[in-house]
Amino acid sequence: MQKYSIFSLIKNSFSNHQNWEPAWRDPELKKEYDVVIVGGGGHGLATAYYLAKEHKITNVAILEKGWIGGGNVGRNTTILRSNYMWDANGLFYEYGMKLWENLSQELNYNVMYSPRGVINLAHSDAQLNVFARRGNSMRLNGIDAIMLSKEELITKIPFADFSNSARFPIFGALMQPKGGTARHDAVAWGYARGADNLGVDIIQHCEVTGFDVQNGKIIGVQTSRGNIKTKKIGLCVAGNTSLLASKLNMKLPIESHVLQACVSEPVKPFLDHVVTFGAGHFYCSQSDKGEMVMGGDLDGYNSYAQRGNLPTLQHVLSEGVAMFPNLSRLKMLRTWGGIMDMSMDGSPIIDKTHIEGVYLNCGWCYGGFKATPVSGWTFAYTIAQDHPHELNSKFRLNRFHTGHLIDEKGVGTKTWIG
Amino acid sequence: MLEIKCPYCGKRSQNEFSYGGDAKIKRPELGKEISDKEWDNFVYYRDNPKGKHSELWHHISGCRQWFKVSRDTASHEIFKTAKLDEDL
Repeated sequence: MQKYSIFSLIKNSFSNHQNWEPAWRDPELKKEYDVVIVGGGGHGLATAYYLAKEHKITNVAILEKGWIGGGNVGRNTTILRSNYMWDANGLFYEYGMKLWENLSQELNYNVMYSPRGVINLAHSDAQLNVFARRGNSMRLNGIDAIMLSKEELITKIPFADFSNSARFPIFGALMQPKGGTARHDAVAWGYARGADNLGVDIIQHCEVTGFDVQNGKIIGVQTSRGNIKTKKIGLCVAGNTSLLASKLNMKLPIESHVLQACVSEPVKPFLDHVVTFGAGHFYCSQSDKGEMVMGGDLDGYNSYAQRGNLPTLQHVLSEGVAMFPNLSRLKMLRTWGGIMDMSMDGSPIIDKTHIEGVYLNCGWCYGGFKATPVSGWTFAYTIAQDHPHELNSKFRLNRFHTGHLIDEKGVGTKTWIG
Repeated sequence: MLEIKCPYCGKRSQNEFSYGGDAKIKRPELGKEISDKEWDNFVYYRDNPKGKHSELWHHISGCRQWFKVSRDTASHEIFKTAKLDEDL
């Protein structure tokens, strides 16, 4: 692999940057692999990378029906955080934050990790109390958390509406200083390049059409480019998990929903942090290009269409304008949608299944991007060792049967609310 | 924007409605002995097809009636709507 550095940059500038090697190969599909990862998104690529690096399993294929980085890893709002209260989530995502800190060095690819701080605004005394409890739980798990008063907030996000006449006046906030953002495309490309360098075959435009299961064991995968033999497969296909699982006669506690995001025209530096609105569901940050990156609620009905509807966007942006009134003057540049695999308790599933050699990584709801490194790391462990790592030992598929739900905020699909 | 035909009020825009999920779910009969598995299926497991899906909607900012909709989850085409006691 060609190492990226100031020296390689200077060297290639002499040839007008015409001679850079491709970041990853475009290999032919082999007949047999030790492990097949279905889905070339962030989680699939990270899984393959850690399988090769940590577990020395290099005869691995990643099958992607579209192209690398074309799914949710390229459609999110790039927020990283581990501000969870329950141990299962907090410890898992905090391990992820530690991986984020060194990811650029690890991959020799600048993922532009920016620990700019994630601020959750509180709009009542009761909400401040809840945030203080969450912050204390985070600190007990070794996660950085601080409470901010209204006066401190005014210095950090001066453009927010701090007036008492606001519909939801700002009382204070919980902040995770090490939370922030990363460049999502770079994460996909960095992991792809890293995995490819360790011998993983990245097969793009190759759709999985079926599975060969014999005596309760996986023996092969049928694809649009031919059949492959394998003893282990890992599913990392986010919103399409139910469709692939149905080919294995499995029904999952998952619904697929569309989540929209949008960016405004670029403006001068205006917001230094990631900020979430506490009286609804809205979050925003400013990209390095100056665009405001914003998102919020699901559209609210089952969907496999990677596009959303205007009423939800209007609802989400009205929350944004309530928080930062001057957002109303911005023009929108783009909006888009991605398909979320909404689990019924709002927490992910990283586990084995009842079919030997079939492993499941799904249920990421709104929050898959920040988990990319740790999801790949734990899923690779689960596949290689054939049992979950301690970090994902609570994210079992059978928790809906045993009652050990991880209902961090009671989100999930909200099907019981109607 | 979706346009949904409420069986009671006629065609209205999406903002008048809220979603109620999979219409095929049936609560187990009261007093009947059922296994944990059946109970889990009722509480946590839903149809999640790509394509035709039967689902419940609530005309919450209108007549406040619940009804059934047959909709395509990929194209959002609405094939049919029906009252709860009618077949889709």
